[in-house]
Amino acid sequence: MSFTQAIIEALESLNGNKMRSGLTVLGIVIGVAAVIAMLAVGNGAQASITGSISSIGTNLLFVFSGSPNQEGPPGSGGRSGNNERPLTLGDANALLDQFAAPSVEMVAPAIQGNGLLNFSSEKTNTSISGVTPEYYQVRNLELAEGEFINQEHILGRMSVTVLGPETAIALFGHADGVVGETIRIEGQPFRIIGVLVARGGGAFGSEDNAAYIPFTTAQARLIKRGSRDQVDVIFVQATTAEAVPSAVEEVSSIIRQRHRTPVGLDDFTVFTQQDFLSIFSQITGVLTIFLGGIAGISLLVGGIGIMNIMLVSVTERTKEIGLRKALGARKRDILLQFLTESSLLSLIGGIIGIIFGWVIARIVEQVATATGNNFIPIVGWDAVLLSTGFSAAIGLFFGIYPASRAANLEPVEALRYE
Amino acid sequence: MDWVIEARSLTKTYVMGEIEVQALRDVSFDVTRGEVVAIMGPSGSGKSTMMNTLGCLDRPTSGEYILDGESVAQMNDDQLASVRNRKIGFVFQSFNLLSRLTALGNVELPLRYAGLTQGRRERAQKALEAVGLADRMTHRPYELSGGQQQRVAVARALVNNPAIIMADEPTGNLDSKVGKEIMNLLLSLNKELGTTLVIVTHDQKIAEQAQRIIRLKDGELDVIEKGNGGSA
Ligand SMILES: Nc1ncnc2c1ncn2[C@@H]1O[C@H](COP(=O)(O)OP(=O)(O)O)[C@@H](O)[C@H]1O
Ligand SMILES: [Mg+2]
Repeated sequence: MSFTQAIIEALESLNGNKMRSGLTVLGIVIGVAAVIAMLAVGNGAQASITGSISSIGTNLLFVFSGSPNQEGPPGSGGRSGNNERPLTLGDANALLDQFAAPSVEMVAPAIQGNGLLNFSSEKTNTSISGVTPEYYQVRNLELAEGEFINQEHILGRMSVTVLGPETAIALFGHADGVVGETIRIEGQPFRIIGVLVARGGGAFGSEDNAAYIPFTTAQARLIKRGSRDQVDVIFVQATTAEAVPSAVEEVSSIIRQRHRTPVGLDDFTVFTQQDFLSIFSQITGVLTIFLGGIAGISLLVGGIGIMNIMLVSVTERTKEIGLRKALGARKRDILLQFLTESSLLSLIGGIIGIIFGWVIARIVEQVATATGNNFIPIVGWDAVLLSTGFSAAIGLFFGIYPASRAANLEPVEALRYE
Repeated sequence: MDWVIEARSLTKTYVMGEIEVQALRDVSFDVTRGEVVAIMGPSGSGKSTMMNTLGCLDRPTSGEYILDGESVAQMNDDQLASVRNRKIGFVFQSFNLLSRLTALGNVELPLRYAGLTQGRRERAQKALEAVGLADRMTHRPYELSGGQQQRVAVARALVNNPAIIMADEPTGNLDSKVGKEIMNLLLSLNKELGTTLVIVTHDQKIAEQAQRIIRLKDGELDVIEKGNGGSA
């Protein structure tokens, strides 16, 4: 028998028992839909994180204190018994050396902490950064209204602040028209001089929920550090995206010299956007495999359902198999017949499952959008091909045993079966 | 002589645990081309076992069996399947039609397994016309009477132009009038097409329409009688 004939016959036979075929297919539908949806969520998470990391700018470097070789996140503390030196304003200024660091365009040191903001009775907890005017350009910020912190505010240690839009909304209920108002940060009055444009969720918590104050003000009044000119992080802008690797080299060698650290024992870490990208894509990659694996188990269960039904079907059709053999069907004809049926079952289930999975991904997207998250699950061709192939393979694999049982029936015995 | 069946010392032994059942003991006979042979005998005498062996559904435990010039006793399963497809048409007591398929679909089945890709429909239609069911081609088995179903089975048996048609109690599930019609159909096909007929039956009247009657008893060939059918 030809292959197309086998398919037509299998369809006839599946059509002859719609209820059972439908229920069997359902198992595969659920499995494949789960795989598709889970991979879509994983890929979406990856794309979303990659996107937000990319939005921080391609020529940005981050310098934290702490060795890159030690356990734990950068800046979380040094090795025990170390003689690590913190980053300082001096380090930041040294990076501006045109000759030692030709690839460095601009430098923005910052100290960071958390604090309570309130305006009359409205309160909100947010991150507070003490920054210099350069921060605005280095971090690629945009003002919705007002102005950013300038040199005058720094020199005067003035009590002024620039708010992220979310923070403004948390305090005032709206982000516009709040410039000139005075709020309290950790109980101290600050005048709002500007509000930033909304950016959406970032990789390091939302940058829309933040308060920026002059570096000197933070240093003197809000965020206490061990030494007077200690900084938490130095943001460095390279001249171009291509200059990032040489900027990393230049920054490292300058700070190494200043900290007098032996080679290979740095007490600071330079991160680039690329480093963040690879870390996060590793994390989301594991997440995706994990989600896909769990969904894959349900696909396997669906496959066992197929085997179950095919075994029942073989038993029920013993007499039919005997007859077909009497009429000249060879082993491989019967084998092909039942394998075609099981593969078609799971292939049909796979196709419906892909559609369902896609629908689920779109629903997740709708929910995410409705709750203000910019998160789009991505149904990739690789996931579609993978689950189509996988479900057909499952039909084939779990069909082999029932089909070979059918093919090996003795014609006389089978014909006698009632 | 032109032998279609040459059976030499056929034995069939079923082993069930400790017990051995000798369903056929040293049975030898020949059937010439175009002959009509009836097989009779009491229940359990080995008629069905004989039909299964002659029909290549089962291999004899020992003995030699030559069907239409091919020695089949030692063939493997797939070779036997091919022999059944090319040389033998079966008619069963319980019709054995596939309820999913139309009359036409059922009759086409042997042609599918013959690997025929073209002209199947036409040949199946012809076979159905030959058994008088030209107006029932697209009916499914449950839409047909018992007699009509058995006619479909006969059409299915002859669609491959087999050398021999094997019928195991073909009238057993039909009332006597319809049974007679089916017998007449088989006999007329034998006359027109020259297809050899081997029929297992309990019915003496039906058996007498054959040219020879082979009587089995306890798995042994008891006697071979002459029937009233036309001379071979
Ligand atoms: N598959 C089998 N296993 C064991 N014994 C069998 C089998 N088939 C038939 N027999 C035995 O062989 C003998 C002949 O059976 P059968 O050919 O069916 O007789 P008939 O068709 O004449 O009634 C019986 O005793 C029967 O019980
Ligand atoms: Mg019998």
